[in-house]
Amino acid sequence: MSTFVVLTVTGLGLGAMYFLIASGLSLIYGLMGVLNFAHGFFLTVGAYGTWWMESHLGGIGNISIRYLVSALIGMAIGGLVAALVELVLIRPLYQRHIEQVLVTVGLSLAATALVSAIWGGDERPFVTPAWMTDTTTIFGARIPNDRFLEIGVAIVVLLGLELFLRRTRYGLIIRAGAENRAMVTALGIDVRKAFTLVFAIGGVAAAVGGALSNVYFGQVVPDRGTSLLIFAFIVVVIGGLGSITGSAMAAVVVGVSQQYMNYYPQASWHIGNWGLGDISVVLLLGLVLLIRPRGLSGSLA
Amino acid sequence: MAVPAVATAPPLLELRDVHVYLGQSHVLQGVSFAVPEGGVTALLGRNGVGKTTTLRAVLGLTGRSGVIRYDGEEITSTPTHKIIRRSIGYVPEDRDVFAGLTVTENLRLAERDAEPRYDLVYDLFPELKTRGEQRAGTLSGGQQQMLAIGRALLNDNRLLLVDEPTKGLAPLLVTEVARTLERVAELHTVLLVEQNLGVVRALAGDAIVLDQGLVVHTSAARTLLADRDLVHRLLGVSGGSH
Repeated sequence: MSTFVVLTVTGLGLGAMYFLIASGLSLIYGLMGVLNFAHGFFLTVGAYGTWWMESHLGGIGNISIRYLVSALIGMAIGGLVAALVELVLIRPLYQRHIEQVLVTVGLSLAATALVSAIWGGDERPFVTPAWMTDTTTIFGARIPNDRFLEIGVAIVVLLGLELFLRRTRYGLIIRAGAENRAMVTALGIDVRKAFTLVFAIGGVAAAVGGALSNVYFGQVVPDRGTSLLIFAFIVVVIGGLGSITGSAMAAVVVGVSQQYMNYYPQASWHIGNWGLGDISVVLLLGLVLLIRPRGLSGSLA
Repeated sequence: MAVPAVATAPPLLELRDVHVYLGQSHVLQGVSFAVPEGGVTALLGRNGVGKTTTLRAVLGLTGRSGVIRYDGEEITSTPTHKIIRRSIGYVPEDRDVFAGLTVTENLRLAERDAEPRYDLVYDLFPELKTRGEQRAGTLSGGQQQMLAIGRALLNDNRLLLVDEPTKGLAPLLVTEVARTLERVAELHTVLLVEQNLGVVRALAGDAIVLDQGLVVHTSAARTLLADRDLVHRLLGVSGGSH
């Protein structure tokens, strides 16, 4: 029972990070039709921004406050970088989808190389507040506290995004733009501002994921964003392109099933580490595409 | 190229030698006409001659060359949202309501003026108020058309571009939409694309006929519709059928 609980909560924590990247990806694709392969870079920006700030905020003695302040600055940098990417690289390439893919893939590769060149390619340890690495016992399982933080933050981001989309004028514009961008413009609305805003929101969410990934993994590495991005893309497809709630559901399914499949077959059949967690996610993607091509939030095939 | 003007007053909208290419197709091949301020000007023609493309070209929803002037100022290189903000309303051919948004949200999205004219819209279309929380995608065709027109009336526009408002509607609804447009025309200048000649006869003061991407006829609407042979030749339908 305790193993099941640990795997479930850890899977939810991992799913929380997938969701934080996937939410922005999904919004950007839904509104702009842009497959942003550079989205993992925004997570890396948040992760390194948080790590760098934390190690340079010597004046703040309390490590929890230092982490919080660093994470907030990392989020702001993530949002700013994302907005700049949209303004400088994506905006001149509207409607040119192949070029968008090429430029975002190129940016992703270049950014990872740049981070490696500046801070090295090896893992850098991340100083985590002690209460996060402490454990809480639930049903006999000792769960690291950071898992609850990751899940809690993802829920707050999910609710915040839903509120933003449902209750604000820009949310209305984004929802309408995802349906018919030209008609939004024909109502006298400068939809390009919404594009930049969506990129910035996606960048902030991914940077939050970066700040949390530092705690989850206990270190920063240059390719963290790109490695998590693959699963985030799978989450977006499974959840249904453009659906935030769908992405949240898919992130939970992917994160949890990945943990189960990484552990149970190995423990039950005494086999080596075959990477069954990752394989199961790909199989899950295939299954969903066969049964519900438009994803969990879409209609049946 | 001379602009065939249908009125002597300074035009509110003027197109000169407007060309539009859609892929390899040369859809508008030098369209020129003027729309006077006030009343309804009908833009007529057979299917596929470029009527909808002309309206989209005015708004910059499609790439175009030539000169387009609105209220005396050239808007050819102005982005769509800025053209609309100069007090132009647009009712597209296929309504293009946002299916996933509620009726109220569709209207809210269209708000531009500080005081949107909800009283006018709800007076013309009371159903839009009672169905406020209903998703627009679940409305009937007629209700969606009311929403599309209501969206354009919410702001105090000087010019309305209305594209086939009666298309696909039941005869009773056609009469209702025509009656509404008659009231609308008292408040706004309307450039109306319409296939139903009965509606054109009831509403339009001037008529412009397109054929194969060019203006081939301009006159008072009554003059055109009184000439059955001309109507048959230009529009391929009988002028006295409605």
